[in-house]
Amino acid sequence: MASTCTIPFDIAPFGLSGAVYGALVNHRTALVELGDEVARPPYNGAPRAPVLYVKPRNTLAASGDAVEIPAGMTDLELGACLGLVIGRPACNVSIAAAPDHIAGYLIVNDISVPHESFYRPSIRMKARDGFCPLGPAVVARGAIADPDALTIRTYVDGALVQVARTAELVRSTAMLLAHVTEFMTLAPGDVLAVGVAKPAPRVRAGQSVDIVIDGLGTLSNRFVAAPG
Amino acid sequence: MMRARVAFSGAIHAATPDSTGGLRLTDGRHVTEAEVVWLPPFAVGTLIALGLNYADHAKELAFNAQEEPLAFLKGPGTLIGHRGTTRRPADVKFMHYECELAVIIGRRAHRVTRSAAMEHVAGYCIANDYAIRDYLENWYRPNLRVKNRDGGTVLGPWFVDASDVADPSNLGLRTFVNGKMIQQGNTRDLIFDIPYLIEYLSSFMSLAPGDVILTGTPEGVVNVMPGDEVACEIDGLGRLVNTIAADDAFGR
Repeated sequence: MASTCTIPFDIAPFGLSGAVYGALVNHRTALVELGDEVARPPYNGAPRAPVLYVKPRNTLAASGDAVEIPAGMTDLELGACLGLVIGRPACNVSIAAAPDHIAGYLIVNDISVPHESFYRPSIRMKARDGFCPLGPAVVARGAIADPDALTIRTYVDGALVQVARTAELVRSTAMLLAHVTEFMTLAPGDVLAVGVAKPAPRVRAGQSVDIVIDGLGTLSNRFVAAPG
Repeated sequence: MMRARVAFSGAIHAATPDSTGGLRLTDGRHVTEAEVVWLPPFAVGTLIALGLNYADHAKELAFNAQEEPLAFLKGPGTLIGHRGTTRRPADVKFMHYECELAVIIGRRAHRVTRSAAMEHVAGYCIANDYAIRDYLENWYRPNLRVKNRDGGTVLGPWFVDASDVADPSNLGLRTFVNGKMIQQGNTRDLIFDIPYLIEYLSSFMSLAPGDVILTGTPEGVVNVMPGDEVACEIDGLGRLVNTIAADDAFGR
């Protein structure tokens, strides 16, 4: 499995690079869910800089692919969010210039094994095969009036289970891109998933998930039990 | 066999060491080490790094023994080759190198056992995996601002075939800053050894050819400053050199 990142699209850079980054606790609801824990050890406060993680190539999947629930696990967390597709090299860009570095947008399902501690990197929870469906297409930046005013709806077996709004990002799309590129250059075709709302809906084997963002289409995946 | 990837005279070439201390390009030309631009010696896939994987270094940083490897992922933008330059921001107090054995996967690995793990290794190279401790925060620590900075991961100079490394679990590592040896260790002191790491990682993520595991660094990390030359050596793998530069070289 873990099929593809070769989503074709008709705007530069015409293909994804395969590098996908996610931003931890960049949706206000994620900090709200942690509540008083944020101020206590080990965190000792909300992060000062963007907290990122990598969704490596083995996690990438397309709309329509089946996602395996690992053996021994009953359910997974869904991570419906907006992904920015970088259009030109972005190094130390200002907030004002950040949008010019975005080619377009797509839907990202940043799937995780549920985990409560965010102190240490959790690649066993976030980097499993098939844990990052993307798509169904890249939509050009000009087709979306305001990336910070999008509604993201998640359906499990047709029932609406989460409504998230990009207006509630801690760092807006442009601010996140500016703050990330202060320390790491993003290349054309890289994807930056801007932050997952909490509480995250769960999914079990046998269920189907549709994530809808107006103007970006629907990202659909079935979840299946891993073979013994 | 030792192989490099270098840019020379308008193209990217495969190169091997020649008998004079220089390089022989595939097309037959001989060039010196300083005439070429060294690139990471293979096409890098997923970049996996280990923290606190030597008992002495974990102690140095005041950590207790772990039950599970502290593994994190890095992106492609952080990579540079031998003789490259790494920026040190003016406002930081503690930026340090980390000399590490890099293990390069050569065959897809999905739920492989410890006993079969080494069959999935194509070769090895040296990695220098810089960190800026000023930027540590306790969220997915160490995070990308600390460990995935542009130019912060030096790989090379050579890709060395696994068959040419008799015992990867007994390789000396040494780091020299401006010619003075500061860091010294041996891969025999890895907390989680190479077969364990391949078994562990492939139990939840499929590894593919070109994926690379940076296995961690021993004790002896010190702050480096603009102008410093940092050279990492590993027995049989060569000597990986790079230079620290200040903000002005990067227009900051």
